[in-house]
Amino acid sequence: MSSIIDIIGTSEFWYSVIRVTTPILFAALGALISDSAGVINIALEGSMLWSAFAGVVFSAWFDSAWIGLLAAIIIGGLVGLMLAYFALNLKTDIILSAIALNLMAAGGTIFLLFVVSGDRGISSSLDSRVLPKLFTGLADNVPIIGPVIFGHNVLTYVAFVLVFVTWFFMFKTPMGLRLRAVGENFHAADSVGISVKKIQYQALVLSGIMAGLGGAFMSMGYVSWFSQNMTAGRGFIALAAKAMGGVSPIGTMIASLFFGFASALANYEAEISVPAEFVKMIPYIFTIVGLVVYASKKQSDVKRARQKQAEAATSSKGGE
Amino acid sequence: MIKKLDRLRRFEMIRTLAAVGLALGIAFLLILFTSEQPIDALRAFILGPISKFRYFGNVLELMIPLLFTGLAVSVMFSANQFNLISEGAFFVGALGSSWIATNFLLPAGIHPVVGILVAGLIGAVVAMIPAILKLKWNADVLVSSLMLNYILMFLGFYFLNYHLRDPQAGDMASFKFPDSARLMKILPGTRVHIGLIVAILAVILIYLFMFKTRWGYEIRMVGKNESFAKYSGMNVFRVIIVSQMVGGFLAGLGGGIEMLGMYTRFKYKTLPGFGWDGVIVAILAKNNPALVPVGAFFLAYLRIGADIMSRSTDVSSQLVGIIQGVVIILVAAEHFMSKRKNRIIYEESMADLSAVKEAK
Repeated sequence: MSSIIDIIGTSEFWYSVIRVTTPILFAALGALISDSAGVINIALEGSMLWSAFAGVVFSAWFDSAWIGLLAAIIIGGLVGLMLAYFALNLKTDIILSAIALNLMAAGGTIFLLFVVSGDRGISSSLDSRVLPKLFTGLADNVPIIGPVIFGHNVLTYVAFVLVFVTWFFMFKTPMGLRLRAVGENFHAADSVGISVKKIQYQALVLSGIMAGLGGAFMSMGYVSWFSQNMTAGRGFIALAAKAMGGVSPIGTMIASLFFGFASALANYEAEISVPAEFVKMIPYIFTIVGLVVYASKKQSDVKRARQKQAEAATSSKGGE
Repeated sequence: MIKKLDRLRRFEMIRTLAAVGLALGIAFLLILFTSEQPIDALRAFILGPISKFRYFGNVLELMIPLLFTGLAVSVMFSANQFNLISEGAFFVGALGSSWIATNFLLPAGIHPVVGILVAGLIGAVVAMIPAILKLKWNADVLVSSLMLNYILMFLGFYFLNYHLRDPQAGDMASFKFPDSARLMKILPGTRVHIGLIVAILAVILIYLFMFKTRWGYEIRMVGKNESFAKYSGMNVFRVIIVSQMVGGFLAGLGGGIEMLGMYTRFKYKTLPGFGWDGVIVAILAKNNPALVPVGAFFLAYLRIGADIMSRSTDVSSQLVGIIQGVVIILVAAEHFMSKRKNRIIYEESMADLSAVKEAK
């Protein structure tokens, strides 16, 4: 137990918490946007994987990490667009469509990797670029928190800034209002002239782009290569983080950090005197517990609201 | 009325075939554009599995786990629960049967039977968990079952590492299964084992269960309209739990049978993916147990064909992933070829209407 406390006391640990939170946070913000518009995006995993792949390939081809990032963003959005087309135009069940897109991503990236580079399973022959780290100089100069919050990949800062951008977008712009209106009650939104389909299209594309940024971070920041299934379920963990975080981006961020904390701890398995398997299980157990707590809280909130309504109805009747 | 249903059902079949054809067409185009030897690649892909008896045996071998997880997912999805636990249930089933195989001494005929039954029971128990979380606390089944799969995987590796691991094996693997625990081979020249017969029996039994018993009727009703089922007096809670347990039992059974039929030690390094494959099979079969063998055969044939192709030519076997995705989307797409479907419904209805008018 003392070893765990020792680990948590180090600044390297908290640095790694922020680092492993980054891809989860991107995808969770994506999940938040699409869920707010009433469309669940389980293809986040596929978006991330395609983007991680595109980032590596394009940054190697054009010798520029920024072009890799741009390609990753576009590809992530395209996967969202495809999901929207399948689900909203072809009327395929949105969960099945997303499962199909994830399968295609898992197989398609490896297939194309072999086509473009001849590599099997890992991009060892592609000379890809990584995105720069920011504020590295400040890390050593600011005491205690310096090494924790400085010197991260540029996308890590983008992720945390996006939390506030998403909040502003959702709650302070007309488009965010329309988005939430569609998610809340699409019949009502439709009746006041909002195009439900258009809004849901936009939401899915935006959420794909968010996941795409997470994918770019995976292959051009977290590590510097692409490998088979490298996202390893982060798109799904993001769904859980969203479910736990509720309807606000701040909540999503806190939940994502929570998962980041558990994953970071699992990376220190060697120093903890618990079997490694149990440490690796922690994020997933937290996810289920968080999901249950959030869902049951929501359920009891709804019950309480109904009860109140019923009481109000009876008391007003009594007054007549 | 009966004629109309027949015509619609035939149309659904044609639609599925069209989707499969389109997906294969895309695959062929991809091969043409990316391969230096497209003709050889195509030939290996399409004809490879029937070019040698042993290769066809591979298709049958691969069909066995797909039949079990395909059935499992069909039953679970029939109750409208997107429970993906079949992946984890298959894994712990495989592990459970390995435990029985290596830690108990039983007579040859009984040993594998106990092994696969224990596998099924473990599968049934774990499959209940996401359903209970959903029914009690309204936690999303899809997300919780996905997370549970990872938990089961790590729990399984812990169990393997500390209880079943053979220190002599070099790699992380269990002790060797004694011959008494292994399943009998039934086709000389291949590794096809008696599990195939169990699988076929399971298909028949699950078909009867779903379409000829009250339980199956209730599961399908709950899946179609939960509120309606509730108001007509069904115990929705119980029906959902039963459906998920049956599904989990099938997936676990599949894991046990695969392990004792095809392996001499437990040596999975990750989740084997048969649960996800079960989703594909169930979609192809439209959750109908009677059609699960068709879906399983198709998928197994594709996989083995792609495998042969990647071994003999320059095309990666991962191409199958793309084919699978396209097939799922088109088969599950309500609007794919919907104009034709609507025309059939319209024509049949008009025919009915004129028949009624004439009768008057």
